[in-house]
Amino acid sequence: MLKDITIGQYFPGDSVVHKLDARFKLLITAIFIVMLFSADTFPGLGIALVFFVISFIASRLSPKLMIKSMKPIIPVIIITSILNIFFIEGVPLISIYKFRLTDNGLRTSGFMIVRLIALICGSSLLTYTTSPIVLTDAIEQILRPLTKIKFPAHELAMMMTIALRFIPTLLEETDKIMSAQKARGAELDSGPFLQRAKALIPILIPLFVSSFRRAEELALAMECRCYNGGEGRTKLKTLVSGGKDYLALSISILFLCAVMVIDMGRLGVA
Amino acid sequence: MIRTEKLTYTYSQGTPFEKTAVDNVDLHIEEGAFVGIIGHTGSGKSTLIQHLNGLIKPTSGKVYIDGEDIHGKNVKLRDIRFKVGLVFQYPEYQIFEETVSKDIAFGPKNMGLSEEEINTRVREAAAMVGVGEELLDRSPFELSGGQKRRVAIAGVMAMRPKVLILDEPTAGLDPKGREVILDQIKEYHQRSHTTVLLVSHSMEDVARFAEKILVMNKGKVFCYDTPPNVFTRADEIASIGLSVPQVTKVFGLLRSKGIDIRQDVYTVDFAMKTIKEYLEQKGR
Ligand SMILES: Nc1ncnc2c1ncn2[C@@H]1O[C@H](COP(=O)(O)OP(=O)(O)O)[C@@H](O)[C@H]1O
Ligand SMILES: [Mg+2]
Repeated sequence: MLKDITIGQYFPGDSVVHKLDARFKLLITAIFIVMLFSADTFPGLGIALVFFVISFIASRLSPKLMIKSMKPIIPVIIITSILNIFFIEGVPLISIYKFRLTDNGLRTSGFMIVRLIALICGSSLLTYTTSPIVLTDAIEQILRPLTKIKFPAHELAMMMTIALRFIPTLLEETDKIMSAQKARGAELDSGPFLQRAKALIPILIPLFVSSFRRAEELALAMECRCYNGGEGRTKLKTLVSGGKDYLALSISILFLCAVMVIDMGRLGVA
Repeated sequence: MIRTEKLTYTYSQGTPFEKTAVDNVDLHIEEGAFVGIIGHTGSGKSTLIQHLNGLIKPTSGKVYIDGEDIHGKNVKLRDIRFKVGLVFQYPEYQIFEETVSKDIAFGPKNMGLSEEEINTRVREAAAMVGVGEELLDRSPFELSGGQKRRVAIAGVMAMRPKVLILDEPTAGLDPKGREVILDQIKEYHQRSHTTVLLVSHSMEDVARFAEKILVMNKGKVFCYDTPPNVFTRADEIASIGLSVPQVTKVFGLLRSKGIDIRQDVYTVDFAMKTIKEYLEQKGR
């Protein structure tokens, strides 16, 4: 169950997308998100989707994986789209009691569903094809100019690295503790709310205890290796960019332009 | 008592991380037996035992406890878990209560027993693992690692399961602590006449007590037999990366030096007896 959470998980591979420089991948993902939000018409959104599909095929990941990553956000999508369908003013198509299904509502929520799904898929593609360590490295480098105004870029990246590193460990640990308490007859998924909340105590306390223990051990281990912040720290693996990275970036900018032109065109006519 | 039929379990099925941890395991464990389960790290021991109390649902195959399919329609998994007590590896990490006695009482409380009965069982289980009365009202977080481990084991023993399974109960303990826990488990077995499954990756631990040994290799059952029969296959066992007890090794070397001595020796006591017999025979 907990193991099935795939958000933020990395699936190693050797496709073009895997091999792109992480800094460029981050930029390209940002451009994709801009595409999604600047698209105001279905053709514009279509172009953004074409861009995603091309990148997805190039990554050679299995479509099953993408569908799995959607699972946790299905409820959010359903709720927001229902709200949108019924509460946006427009020409009513069907009306039930006080609720009216309007053409505008249908269009807006349809648009929003596609946008949300594309957003999740796009960012999943980034995390599926980039190792978290490399990704935070890229974030640190992109944010580095901000250190001039005392922005803690290195500390932020280190915190993210550590947090990312421990997500799977903590999930695994939670799973283990849950199993161990279930073996002692703990009932975790039945009973009234208060009882279920109480049933969390045997899980949360050991989890906190072990998190603190891990944090202490890690801090000690880092100090033993003379860690003292980002100053003068070199990297084992430096990020290198090449022709293919600039090519990929150019292509995504091209797509962004296409989206803008189409939507601006519509605006111009209107 | 415990029976598995073509038991197979695959982790992360359908992802690139797919891994078959238990592969087509047919097993039959008799009531009251003391079984040692050994195998290399990653051979699927922990995965296998979590099937026996229904924590993991098999990818395919069946598990029967007392002839009852535990994933059958009318079976409550919770009842199975009281019947088959499982002590996880590093069980001290599951401790959460304010006092030692409360933590040991967690299992019995979940069984819905009376206050009085719970008290009796907590005391009995604590005594079984050598946790003194004076510790019962202390916070479990103040105890030493070995003491915590024993409190956690008592927490499962207090449910008085018909089968007690322990996953590497001696992992990470000093030699003295290992000895103590193993002796207590042995005594528990003798006193309660319950079935005990002891998982370990050390032959030495298992060889001393187990009536039968289950050797796992890469998710499959390599062999399931009495210790003498298992250790006569010392060479094969070495070839799957497990070491036989040191005395067995010594006897293997003696044989390879041309001394005609029996091979199925796996405890020091028995080794002494064998050597004595051999010398007497030779002296004659
Ligand atoms: N939660 C898990 N998710 C994925 N793979 C696992 C998990 N637990 C164990 N495995 C894999 O299953 C195999 C058997 O593991 P395990 O049953 O823990 O072996 P053992 O207890 O004999 O060391 C190992 O290869 C391990 O990597
Ligand atoms: Mg194990």
